[in-house]
Amino acid sequence: MNISRTTLHKAEFALGIDVGSTTVKTVILDKNNQVVYSNYQRHFSKVKEAVISQLKQIAGMYPEETFPICITGSAGLGLANSAHLPFVQEVHAAFVAVNQRYSDADAVIELGGEDAKIIFLTGGTEQRMNGTCAGGTGAFIDQMATLLNVTADQLDEMALRAEKTYPIASRCGVFAKSDIQPLLNQGARREDIAASIFQAVVDQTVSGLAQGRKIEGKVLFLGGPLSFLEGLRTAFIETLNLEAGNAVFPEDGRTFVAYGCALSAMKQKESYTINQIIDKITNAVSENTVISDPPLFAYEDEYACFKARHASHDVKRGDFRTYEGKAYLGIDAGSTTTKMVVISEDKTLLYEYYTTNKGQPLDCITEALVNFYDEKSKNLTIAGSAVTGYGEELLKAGLGIDYGIVETVAHFKAASFFCPEVDFIMDIGGQDIKCFKIKNGAIDSIMLNEACSSGCGSFIQTFAMALGYDIAEFANLGLFAEHPVDLGSRCTVFMNSSVKQAQKDGATVADISAGLSGSIIKNAVYKVIRANSPDDLGKHIVVQGGTFLNDAVLRCFEREMKRDVIRPAISGLMGAFGAALYAKEKSTGESSLISQKALKEFSYTSQTAQCGGCTAHCSLNIIRFAGGGRFISGNRCERGAGVKSENILPNLYDRKYEMIHSYGESQNFAPIATVGLPMALHYYDQMPLWATFFKELNFDVKLSETSTRETYYKGQSTIPSDTVCYPAKLTHGHIESLLEQNVDFIFYPCMSYTLDEGESDNHFNCPVVAYYPELLMANNEKLSVKNFLCPFLDLNRRKHVVHVLHQYFGAYASKKTIANALDKGFAELEAHRAKIAAEAQDIIKRARAEGRPIIVLAGRPYHIDPEINHGIHKLIASLGMAVITEDSVASLAHTPKLKSLNQWTYHSRMYRAAEYVTTQPDMQMIQLVSFGCGIDAITTDEVRRILESKGKLYTQLKIDEINNLGAAKIRLRSLLAAMEA
Amino acid sequence: MAYAEFTADMRKTHTILVPNMLPIHFKLLIKIFGQYGYNMKLLESTSRTVVEEGLKNVHNDTCYPALLVVGQFMEALKSGEYDPDKTALLITQTGGGCRASNYIHILRRCVEQNFPQVPVISLNFAGLEKSSGFKLTVPLALKLVYGVLYGDMLMFLHNQCRPYEMNAGDSERTVQKWTERIEQLFVHGGYRNTKSVYREMIEDFASIPKSQRKKIRVGIIGEIYVKYSPLANNQLEEFLLSEDCEPVMPMLLDFILYCAANTDVSGKLYQYRNMKTAAFRIGYKYLHSKQREMIKCIEENGQFTPPHDFDDLRRAADKYINQGVCMGEGWMITAEMAVLAEHGIENIICAQPFGCLPNHIVAKGMSRAIKNAYPNANIVAIDYDPGATRVNQENRIKLMLANAKAAVK
Repeated sequence: MNISRTTLHKAEFALGIDVGSTTVKTVILDKNNQVVYSNYQRHFSKVKEAVISQLKQIAGMYPEETFPICITGSAGLGLANSAHLPFVQEVHAAFVAVNQRYSDADAVIELGGEDAKIIFLTGGTEQRMNGTCAGGTGAFIDQMATLLNVTADQLDEMALRAEKTYPIASRCGVFAKSDIQPLLNQGARREDIAASIFQAVVDQTVSGLAQGRKIEGKVLFLGGPLSFLEGLRTAFIETLNLEAGNAVFPEDGRTFVAYGCALSAMKQKESYTINQIIDKITNAVSENTVISDPPLFAYEDEYACFKARHASHDVKRGDFRTYEGKAYLGIDAGSTTTKMVVISEDKTLLYEYYTTNKGQPLDCITEALVNFYDEKSKNLTIAGSAVTGYGEELLKAGLGIDYGIVETVAHFKAASFFCPEVDFIMDIGGQDIKCFKIKNGAIDSIMLNEACSSGCGSFIQTFAMALGYDIAEFANLGLFAEHPVDLGSRCTVFMNSSVKQAQKDGATVADISAGLSGSIIKNAVYKVIRANSPDDLGKHIVVQGGTFLNDAVLRCFEREMKRDVIRPAISGLMGAFGAALYAKEKSTGESSLISQKALKEFSYTSQTAQCGGCTAHCSLNIIRFAGGGRFISGNRCERGAGVKSENILPNLYDRKYEMIHSYGESQNFAPIATVGLPMALHYYDQMPLWATFFKELNFDVKLSETSTRETYYKGQSTIPSDTVCYPAKLTHGHIESLLEQNVDFIFYPCMSYTLDEGESDNHFNCPVVAYYPELLMANNEKLSVKNFLCPFLDLNRRKHVVHVLHQYFGAYASKKTIANALDKGFAELEAHRAKIAAEAQDIIKRARAEGRPIIVLAGRPYHIDPEINHGIHKLIASLGMAVITEDSVASLAHTPKLKSLNQWTYHSRMYRAAEYVTTQPDMQMIQLVSFGCGIDAITTDEVRRILESKGKLYTQLKIDEINNLGAAKIRLRSLLAAMEA
Repeated sequence: MAYAEFTADMRKTHTILVPNMLPIHFKLLIKIFGQYGYNMKLLESTSRTVVEEGLKNVHNDTCYPALLVVGQFMEALKSGEYDPDKTALLITQTGGGCRASNYIHILRRCVEQNFPQVPVISLNFAGLEKSSGFKLTVPLALKLVYGVLYGDMLMFLHNQCRPYEMNAGDSERTVQKWTERIEQLFVHGGYRNTKSVYREMIEDFASIPKSQRKKIRVGIIGEIYVKYSPLANNQLEEFLLSEDCEPVMPMLLDFILYCAANTDVSGKLYQYRNMKTAAFRIGYKYLHSKQREMIKCIEENGQFTPPHDFDDLRRAADKYINQGVCMGEGWMITAEMAVLAEHGIENIICAQPFGCLPNHIVAKGMSRAIKNAYPNANIVAIDYDPGATRVNQENRIKLMLANAKAAVK
C-alpha cells in the first residue's frame, strides 16, 4: 500500500507534534508558516493514547488534507521510530523556531517536564541540555508542589509573597527535598520556601547548563513552567539581571517547540492525511526492551497465605473512649507523616492517628490532640508522653511533651515488643531508609541511606499521584502485575527516566508499580545495607515504616532476602508506639503535656532571623508560642539557641581553621608584590608552607574570603562540571574573591603528588585536587599566565621545586634565597602539624577528665571549611562530645592491613586514624564524605572494615552543598545512643 | 593478604577469563597468550545479570567500568559454565592516581567472598604485582604489542569501510579473514613484517565496494573502557552507524603511548631520571615509530584518512593543558578533542563513567577551551552508569547529530 505521495511544491500545511515527558503539543502551520492550530495537553504517561486523541480532533477539522509531519520531544523519539515517522531533536526544533521568529535573540532557555535546555545564538551557536540529572525542571517543580500539598499555580502565588529565600540544593530534586523537608518541619514560611524552589531552578539552569558561559542580551524563555509561573520568571529576570525588553516570553511558549517541529516538517518530502498518521501510530510496534521479573504472587491463594502470616503480628486493641486509667502518649513526627498513639498500662493500643503532615507537623498534632481530648473517656489520664522524629524539638517545646527519644531507639523499642530476639530492623519511611543491627540487646550498627537515594517511600507516593492514583491503590496494583519491570537500584531521578522508558515500551501501570516496589528494596539492600547474602543481616528481621504497609514492597523484600520476616500490623506506627513504650518506662506518674484547656488557646507565630553568635550566621527560625516560650531552629550550635558559651571544650575543627586562617594576617612592611592564596582544596593542608615561603620572600600574602554560600554563587558561573564535589566547586568563588582583592597574582600549584608520609603505597592527590588549577585557568577568562601561576610541583623533590620556583620568582630573589624561604616554609608546615597533634592531646586530656566521649571527625583537610562541613563539628560538640581531626592522630598508628590500594595521602591518614581509634576505648570515628567523591567509594568500605573489625561503630555523614543538619543530628544522636548502650 | 595465587601448574589446568573491551584486539591478544600456554576465554556476555551482579558486589558509587567488569566475572563464575576450581581471572592494572588502580582489589575482595579458590591475575607493565604462574616475558610482551598494532589497523580500516560498504557484511568478513591470517602469522612467524602485511591488508579493505556518499564523521573519545566496550556504551558504534554516521575511534596504541610518555614527562617535569624513565623512553620511541609506519602505509594507499600521529596529540595538549595531568586518560582526552577538531572531525562524543574524577578536569573542564579554539566543535559528554537510560543518552547524541547535520548544510 502506497500511503504517501511526494510533494514537489511547498506543502499547504505542516504538522508538528511535540511529545514531552509530561505533555503532548500539536501545531499546524499554513504554507506561510503561520500557526493555524495549536493544542496542549498532559498525557499522564499514556503517550500513544494522548497523541491519537489530539490527532482525532485535528482529523475532524482537516479530514482530507495531507501534511508533512515531524515528531519531536523526549517521549517522541521512541514513537517516531516505531511509527516510522520523521523525528527532529527537540532542542534543534526550538532552534529552528527561534531563527524563524526571534532572529535577534541572544539566548534561549527552555524548561520542560524533565529536561532543561539552553541555546546560545550569538557568539558561537551552542545548544545544550541537562545531563542525566533531571533537577531544576517542571517535574521537579511539580514534585516540590506536591510536597507542599499545593498545585504548581498555588506555589507560584505563594512565591510572589515571599520575603526571603533559603538556599536549596538545585542539582537534583532529591537533594532539594532533603533541604525543604527540614525547613518545613521547623516551621519556615511556606511562601519563602516556594520562592526558594524557583530560585533553585534558576541556579540549576545557570550553573548546570550555562556552565561558565554568560547568559546575556535578549533572552527567550520557553516551555510550560516558564509560561505559567510568574514567580519563576521573576527569579530568572532578577538572577540574570535582564533589562525589561530583554526577557521575552512568547505567548505560545508552551507550544513553541511544536511550532519549530512543524517548521522542520515543512522540509519533509512525505505527506500523509491525519488518518494515515493515526494508523501508523496505532500500528506502531515498539521494540520491547523491558526487562521483567516474575509476578509477585502467582495465585490469589499465595497472597492470602502471605496476608494471614503477617496479620498474626499484632497488638491488643482497646478504646480510648471507654478505657479508664493511666495512659501513655507517643508521637512520631516524621519527615512527611505524623503518627500518634496512646497505649494503656498493659500496652494495649487505645488510639492511633496517622496523617501526612503537609509540612505542618505542629498543626497536625495539635488538631489530633484536640480531637483526642474531646473524645477520650473522662478517667483516662496521660501519665507520660514522648516524641521522636524530625519534629521532636518543636513539639517538645510547643506542647510540653515530657521526653524526646532518638528515632532509632524508638524503633528498636517497638520492634522488641513484637520480637524480643530481633537482631535486624529495617525501616523504610517517607524519606529515609534506616537499618540497624542489634547485638546484645543494644543497637550495634546503624545504616542510613545517603542524601542521594533518599525519598524512597515518598517517591512512590509522588509517582502514584502523578499518575492519578491514591498510594494504597497504586501499590496494590503491583501485587498481581504480570511482568514487574526491573527499574534498577538508583536514585529516584534515574528511576524516573527508567519508568519513562518502560512506559514507552508498553509496561502497564501495574508492572511499574511492582517494579518501583522492587527498586526500593534493591536500594535498601545493595546501597544502604550493602549486603551480599541474607545471612549478613540476621535471623530475626523486623521490618516497619509506612512503606512496608505496602504488601508489594514487603513481598519484594522477602523474596530478595529469601526468608520470611516480621511486619507488625502497626508497621506504620512503630516510631510512635516505641515512643509511647518509652514514655511508659520513664513515666513519673504525671505528664507535662499541654492540657485540654491550654490547647484550645494554643497558637504560634513564626519569624526568621540571622544568628549573630559567630561567623556562620545561621538562618534562624523562631517560633513564638502564644502561651509564652519559643523554639529556635536552624542553629548549628548552642549559641544560636541562646545558650551561654561557658567552659566549652576547644573544637579542633575550629582551631585548625583558625590556624590556617591566621596565615593571611597582613604584614607591616612594604611588600614587593601581593600574592593571593585561595582557601581551597590542598591549601587547607599546605597553607603554612606557602604562606611562609612568600612572606620570607617579602611578598604580602592575601587569602581568599571565609567560605559562605555567597562564595559559591560568586564562582558558580565558571563551574564546568556540575557533578564535581562541592569543595571543588567552592574553589571558583575563592578565585573570584582573590581577584576582587586585586592581588598581583594567584599562586596555585598543580600537584599529582602530595608529601609522602611514608605510610602508604603511593602518595597521590585525588585527580580533582591535583589538577583543579588547570580547570580554573581554562574556565575563568579573567585568569592568564600573568595573574595565575600554576606550576606542576612534586614537593618530595625539593631541588626541583626550588628550580621551578626560581623560574617563576627569579626576578625577585636569588635561587639561594628561594631555597631558604622554602626550607622555612617546610619547617613551618612541620611546626603547624606538631601543633595540631599537641592540641589534639590537650583536648583528649580535658575530655577524659570531664568524662566526655571523643570523636575523630575524619575527612579531607578541606573539610574543616565551615561552608563545606556545615558546622557538623559544632553539632557533635553540642551533644557533649569532644571533636578532633583525623590528621591529629594519624601519626599515632601504623597503617593496618588493607584490602585496597592505599595510594592517596589524605585518605591514608583516615586509615591510620581509624586504626588508632580502635585502640582507644573512649573514641569513635565519624567519616565525612563529600558527595561526588569517587575515591570515597573505596575508602568508606575500608574505614568501615577497620573500625568494625575491632568492635567500633562506623558512622558516615555525606555532605554536599545542602545543609541538612536535621538528618545529621539523628545520625549523631543514634550514634550517641549506641555508644551509651 | 592471603588470596589464591596463580601458580605455574595452573597454566595447564586453568581457564583464564578475560573481560572484553575491544572485540577485534582482544581476540588476537588471547590467541597470543594461548601460544604461551595460557588458556584464555573472552567474556562476551551483555545480559542484564552482568549489571546486577556488579551492583550487588561493588560499592554503587564506584565507577561503571569496575562495576561491569566485576559483574561480568561474577556472572560467568556463577553461570556454572566454568569450574571454579579450574578458573582464573585476568584484569589490567595501570597504577595511576585514578580509582582504576583499585579495580583489582575490588575484584579480589569480591572473589574472596564467593569463590576464594579462584586466583586473580594482574596484567600490568608497571611491575605492580607478580604471580608465579603468570609471567609477562619479553617475547610475549613484544608479540602482544604486535597484536595491538594489528588490532588497531583492523579496527581502523573496518571503521572506515563499514559505513560505506555496498554489500552488507563485507567489512566484517574481511576483519574475520585477517584475524585468522594474523593468528597464523603469530604461530608460524612473519608477524614482524608489519609493512608488507599492512599493505596487503589495506589493499584488501580498499577493494571492498563502497559508496561515495559522504557521511558525518563522529569521534568517540573518553574513558578507555567506556569508549571502547559496547557493553558499557550501549553499543554506541552500532547506534552511530544506524544514524548514518561514521564512528571514528582513536587507536589503542595511543593509550599505550600515552602511558609510556607519562613516565618520561614526569621525569622532565620533576627533574629526575632513572632506569624506569630511560626504559619507557626507549619503549615510547619504538612504539611511536611503529605508529608512524602504520600511518605511512595508510597514506601510501591513499584511499583512507590516516589516523593522527601521537605527536599531534602532544602538540595539541601543550596548547590547552599541561601533560603533567596524567591521571586516568588525563591530558590525552583534551588533546584528542583538539586533534579531532583540527582534522575536521568536529563532532565528538566524550563517553565517560558517571562521576569520573579525572574527566571533570580533562573533558568537561577543558571543553570550553576547545570550543574557544574551534568554535564549530560540537562536543557532547555522555555519562554512562547502571541507572542511566539509553533513551536519555541517545536523545543527547541526537542533539549533537542534529547540530552536525545543520553544520553540513
